Amino acid sequence: MGAELTRHVKRNLVAYIALLPMAVVVIFAYLGTMAWSVRLSFSSSKLLPKNDFVGLTQYFTLFDTPRWLTSLGNLVIIAFFFLLICFALGCLLAIFIDQNVRGESLFRTVFLYPYAMSFVVAGLVWQWVLNPDLGIQHTMHGLGFTGFVLDWVVNPKMVLYAVIVATVWHGSGLVMALILAGLRGVDTEIWRATRIDGIPTWRVYLSIVLPMLRPMIITSLVLLSISIVKMYDVVVAMTNGGPGTASEVPAKFIMDNLFERANIGLATAASTVMLVTVLLVMAPVIYSQYFRKSGRAS
Amino acid sequence: MIGMKQMVAVSAIALMAATGVAKAQEPLNAEVIHWWTSGGESAAIKVFADAFNAAGGKWVDNAVAGGSAARSAAINRIVGGDPSTAALFNTSRQYHEIIGEGLLNDIDEVATKNNWDKVLPAPIAKAVKVDGKYYAAPVNIHMPLWIWYSNAALSKAGVEKPPETMDEFFAALDKLKAAGITPLALGGQRWQENSLFSAMLTNVGGGTLWKSVYGDKDEAAIRSPEFRKVIETFISLKPYVDQASPGRNWNDTTALLIKNEAGFQVMGDWAKGEFKQANKEIGKDYGCIPGLRPDSPYVLGGDVFVFPKTDDAEKVKAQNLLVEIMTQPDVQVKFNNLKGSIPIRSDVDVASLDACAQLGMKIMSDPARQAPDASQMMEESVYGSVQDIVTELWNTPMTVDQAVERFEKALKG
Repeated sequence: MGAELTRHVKRNLVAYIALLPMAVVVIFAYLGTMAWSVRLSFSSSKLLPKNDFVGLTQYFTLFDTPRWLTSLGNLVIIAFFFLLICFALGCLLAIFIDQNVRGESLFRTVFLYPYAMSFVVAGLVWQWVLNPDLGIQHTMHGLGFTGFVLDWVVNPKMVLYAVIVATVWHGSGLVMALILAGLRGVDTEIWRATRIDGIPTWRVYLSIVLPMLRPMIITSLVLLSISIVKMYDVVVAMTNGGPGTASEVPAKFIMDNLFERANIGLATAASTVMLVTVLLVMAPVIYSQYFRKSGRAS
Repeated sequence: MIGMKQMVAVSAIALMAATGVAKAQEPLNAEVIHWWTSGGESAAIKVFADAFNAAGGKWVDNAVAGGSAARSAAINRIVGGDPSTAALFNTSRQYHEIIGEGLLNDIDEVATKNNWDKVLPAPIAKAVKVDGKYYAAPVNIHMPLWIWYSNAALSKAGVEKPPETMDEFFAALDKLKAAGITPLALGGQRWQENSLFSAMLTNVGGGTLWKSVYGDKDEAAIRSPEFRKVIETFISLKPYVDQASPGRNWNDTTALLIKNEAGFQVMGDWAKGEFKQANKEIGKDYGCIPGLRPDSPYVLGGDVFVFPKTDDAEKVKAQNLLVEIMTQPDVQVKFNNLKGSIPIRSDVDVASLDACAQLGMKIMSDPARQAPDASQMMEESVYGSVQDIVTELWNTPMTVDQAVERFEKALKG
């Protein structure tokens, strides 16, 4: 066993040396800073990092902060609707385009284009569209429909859905592109066989084609989930967390405490909570993607 | 890590070489980090730069857009060991922790020479003096809670004279509403909502309550009927604000007064810049109310420069020269006229200041009416929680009892 290992290392020595810089970067730049943040969350750091240890105090304060709890609640609502709508819409768009429509490349470009835009721009555009003084409501009033109300960005009860609309608009093109790529990879023989068997098209998509696209589906879900967790710029551009704290999100809570409120301890505690949440959500996905598959293969 | 050290060493050598060369002609290089980038602001800081250059220095301007970004940049440079000569902060507790860590040079030499104990208003002196030593040079005083009004809007609504008491204020709001004008222009952003609340605290509660709630964080004061009255008054202002308020920028909000579409706005004296740019005149087109009671406190905010620790004698000399120049009476008047604020010292010639600034100077000359800004009385994180409560109070149906509970927890916690 030991001899085998030495041989293995010797044979691949060059490869290991070549990988070394990347390993150093990963260990110090990524894992190191992550560990440093987690460490700081157990300190009483305010403006400057401190090296003391205060146990879980910051975490208790964190979960006693109404704004943090609001942010978490908002994130759950956004995650649910955003994932659901974005994914369903993306799949449908892909399937429609897959019907060999005329001007396919035009549609593809149009649907994917929002994704090329930064979240800040997307947020600002939707802020203007939904702003009662500038956007659709203003136009409708100008046309004489004075009873028309579309005040989502200024209405605390609806503002989250305004954010969801903007993010869905931004993200569904990505799902479309990924799923479409998968659809194009489906063997035409399968389509021919189902046609001979007389299976309705919707049934083929639902029961045969989509299950075949599992990797694409998982990839798009992972990408969407990541954009939910790091959601910050779109909220800042669109509502800045308002009205009140109605559209606050965790990432904004972290940034505010880090840079405006000189509260590094609380901010790192919040980011640690986010990190753990992400790991908990991602673990099963990563497991099923990589480990189980390679286990089956060997 | 070794690479990093080498890089620092190389750049240090390069820097020494550069300063060595520079020493021959320009002995006093001063790099100043600040966030004054808008038209009026950059014109104002140019007064400092010109005066400093005229006194034999060389001003190296390092403007970073956005207050918190500029402060982060300054702090990162300080912690990283490559600080600027001077950096801008608000007159608050933002820089007290870096003083505590021993990362700033004191400027006692200049302060004593110029008798700061006498010329500075007490709250400002308290904000820049830590453990008996001056660590920051105040350059201006902003009063963040002025009440601005549009003359045309008021006269259109039949309000004959600007209100002087809270009752008159509400009567005017009602008249404006009846006339179909937005009575109160508010930008629904956290800090603007907070300004409105602070104005209610100073005008309904008065200076004593302001200091006992925010300064002493006194439980009895927080639970007092007077503070409840403040919260109630704040809530009762909600119907006077237009629907498009949430998220609106302060200058877009001031524009509503300029266009005579709204009656009043609570905003700092920097709002004057917007009126001036629109060629509006104080007295004719718009006016300023310092408070709604005869003894309303004059809240002293503003900006200071801090001077990061250095042992380099040349740099210390540059820092002291900066302090000297920035606080000179004539530079002060010139600078503050452009910035919209008032000078930090009472011994200046007020003749060239505008009417609102002169009024402010007059009120400030009474020590009893001077009051520190809320940010000088609590840590940033505590103040942040207070602002969270205020914005929730404004935007949700929070009750007075709940608000009192939350205030007590935030201030005492």
